[in-house]
Amino acid sequence: MSKLISISKAIREGLYEEMKRDKNVVILGEDMADMGSVFGITTGFLEEFGPLRIMDTPISESGFTGMAVGMALRGLRPVTEWMYNDFIGVCMDPVMNQAAKVRYMTGGQVKCPVVFRAPLGAGRRNAGQHSQCLEALFTHIPGLKVVCPSTAADAKGLIKAAIRDDDPVVFLEHKLLYAKKEEIPDGEHIVELGKADIKREGKDMTIITWSRQVYFALEAAEKLSGEGINVEVLDLRSLVPLDWEAVKTSVAKTHYVMTLEEGVRRGGVGAELSAEITEELFDELDAPVLRVAGKNIVPPFSPPLEDVMFPHVDDIVKAAKQLLNV
Amino acid sequence: MSDISKYPKEMLLGFYEKMVRARKFEETAADCFTKGMLAGNIHLGIGQEGCMVGAISSLKETDFVTTTHRGHGQGLCKGSNTNKFMAELFGKKTGYCKGKGGSMHIVDFERGNLGANGIIGASIPIATGSALASKINGDNHVTMCIFGDATSNQGTFHEAINMAAAWKLPIVYVIENNGYGVSVPIHKVTNTETLSVRAKGYNIPGATIDGEDVINVYETISKAVERARKGEGPSLIEVIVYRWQGHYCGDPASYRPKEYMEEAHKKDPIKLFNERLISEKIATKKELDDIEKKIVDEMATAVDFAVKSEYPDPSEAFTDVYAVDNGRCVER
Repeated sequence: MSKLISISKAIREGLYEEMKRDKNVVILGEDMADMGSVFGITTGFLEEFGPLRIMDTPISESGFTGMAVGMALRGLRPVTEWMYNDFIGVCMDPVMNQAAKVRYMTGGQVKCPVVFRAPLGAGRRNAGQHSQCLEALFTHIPGLKVVCPSTAADAKGLIKAAIRDDDPVVFLEHKLLYAKKEEIPDGEHIVELGKADIKREGKDMTIITWSRQVYFALEAAEKLSGEGINVEVLDLRSLVPLDWEAVKTSVAKTHYVMTLEEGVRRGGVGAELSAEITEELFDELDAPVLRVAGKNIVPPFSPPLEDVMFPHVDDIVKAAKQLLNV
Repeated sequence: MSDISKYPKEMLLGFYEKMVRARKFEETAADCFTKGMLAGNIHLGIGQEGCMVGAISSLKETDFVTTTHRGHGQGLCKGSNTNKFMAELFGKKTGYCKGKGGSMHIVDFERGNLGANGIIGASIPIATGSALASKINGDNHVTMCIFGDATSNQGTFHEAINMAAAWKLPIVYVIENNGYGVSVPIHKVTNTETLSVRAKGYNIPGATIDGEDVINVYETISKAVERARKGEGPSLIEVIVYRWQGHYCGDPASYRPKEYMEEAHKKDPIKLFNERLISEKIATKKELDDIEKKIVDEMATAVDFAVKSEYPDPSEAFTDVYAVDNGRCVER
C-alpha cells in the first residue's frame, strides 16, 4: 500500500512519527511553532507536542544552533531548522567547530545527535542570499553527515534515519521539491544513510546526482533513450556517508560517468567524486569523468539570469553526448 | 568582607585545597611546558582561583558547567582526576580525551563538565542549550557558563542570554573579568563601567564583585544558582580577577602596565585566604602547609603518571570522528 503525498508533507510525517516515538526529539528554530515553519513542515506540531517540544526561537541562528549542540550533549535529539541553508553564514561555528568535533575532541566521551535541517536551491527567484546549494561546504567538514533527499519516500525515510543517527546530520531539502507529490509506502519507512538508489537503469553511461537534479537527470535520460542511449541515474541521497559500492558498481557497468549538481562547479561535490573515481577506478573509465554543475556565479534575481546558473535538461543531454562523443 | 566563621572548617579547608590544587596544577603545567614536555600551548588562570573555586563550589556534583580555554582549575574543581587531566595536557592516551583534545578541549562528562572550548563565545549557547535541556526534561540541574570579559563581546553572548532570560532557563553566567582579551584592555573596546550592567538589558539580575575573596564569590553565585534552580531564570555575575600570566604560557604580557601586577599580587586570593584562616584561628599554619604539601605531591604523581603513560597509537587518529559508520565516513 502507498499514498500520494507532497515532499514537505513526507518530511512532516517523518518528523511527526519520530517525535511520537521518542520524547527526546525536540524541534527549535524560527517560526516553527505558531506558524508551523515557513514551508509548512511543522503545521500542527505545537498543538500535538506542546511548547517544550517545538520552540519558536528569536532570529538568533548562532544562538539556537549552538544551543542544539548543548541539548544533544545532554541526551536530547534536537532538530533545528535554518530557514534557508544560506543562513549558515551566521551560524557555522556551532556546526563546524562544535557539533562536528565534540565527539572526537572528547575522545569519544559524548555523542552529538542533532539534525540541522535547511532548504536549499535556486529556481524561486530569491536572489543571492536565498538560493544557494551549499552541500559541498558541509561535506568538507569531518564529523558531519550530509543528506540531500530527492523523493518523498526518501525524504521521510531519511529524516527518520537522520534523527535516529548518533552523529550530527545536515539535512538539505530542495525548496522547489516541497510541493511535488509522490507515492510513499504506508507504515514505518526508514532509509538507511549512505545507501544510493538507482533511479533508472542503463548501460551506456552513469549520471551521479542528488536532490532536485535527479529529476533533471531522469528527464534527460528519457530524451537520450529516444536516441538509443541508455543512461543509468544514480541518486546518492546522502553525500556523507557516501555509497561508494554503488558508485563502483555503476561505473564498472557503464564506463562513462557524469556528475550532476546544482551547486557551483568550483570545489563542488562533483569535483570530489570525479577525483575519487579517477584515482580509484581509472581502469574502468572509457572517458574522463565529466562534471555538470552550477556556474561559478552569485545566484542572480532576474529570471533569465537565474536560469543560466544551474543545469537544465538540455544542458545534460548536450553534455552526455559530449561525454560519449556522439 | 564575608563572614567565614559560620562555615564548617572542613568546607573552608576544602576551598583552600581546591584553590591550591588549581594553582599548583598550572604552575606544574607551566614548568613542564617551559621544559618542552608539552606540545601546543596552554593558557593559565593563575591568580583567578578565587573566582573558579567560589563559582564551581556553589554547584552540586550533578550540575553542569562549561569552562574556558583557561579552564584547568575550573575542571579540577568540578572533581576531575588530576592524573587524567595532566595526561591530557601531555597528549597521552590516558588523558580525559585520549589525547585528542588537549588543554583547550578538556571535557569530563561524568563530572558534568561539558567542556572547555577553543572558540571564544561558543560555550554560551552550548551551556544555554544544556539549561534548556534541563527545563525540557524537568530535572533540577543548574548549568553554569563561565567565560572571560572578552567573550562578552561575542554575538553569542547576546543571543543566548536573551533566550535564557526570555525562557527563564536554569543557568548562571559567570564572567571572569581579568581585564584583557589577549592584549586588548576591556575598557578600550567596551563603553560601560561594568559588564554586568548588561543584565539590565535582559531584565535579569546582574552583579559585579571582587574575585579575591573566595567566600564572597561563593555566596554571591550560590544565590544565583539557587535562583536558577527555583526556576526564576538566569543571572549574570561579573567577577573581577587578575590573570598573572600573559594570554598564553610564554606571553610576556608587555602590553600591561606594571600596576596591574602590583594590584594582582595584593589581591592574591590564595594568600589572602591563607592569612584569614590563620588570623581567624580556623586553621594553623601547619595545617595549611600540610595541604600545600599534599597538593605538591599530587602534582608530582600526576606528572609521573603522564610521563609514563603511552602516547595513543597513530591508528587512534581515525576513531571517534563519527559514532556510527565511522570507517566509511572517514575513508571518503
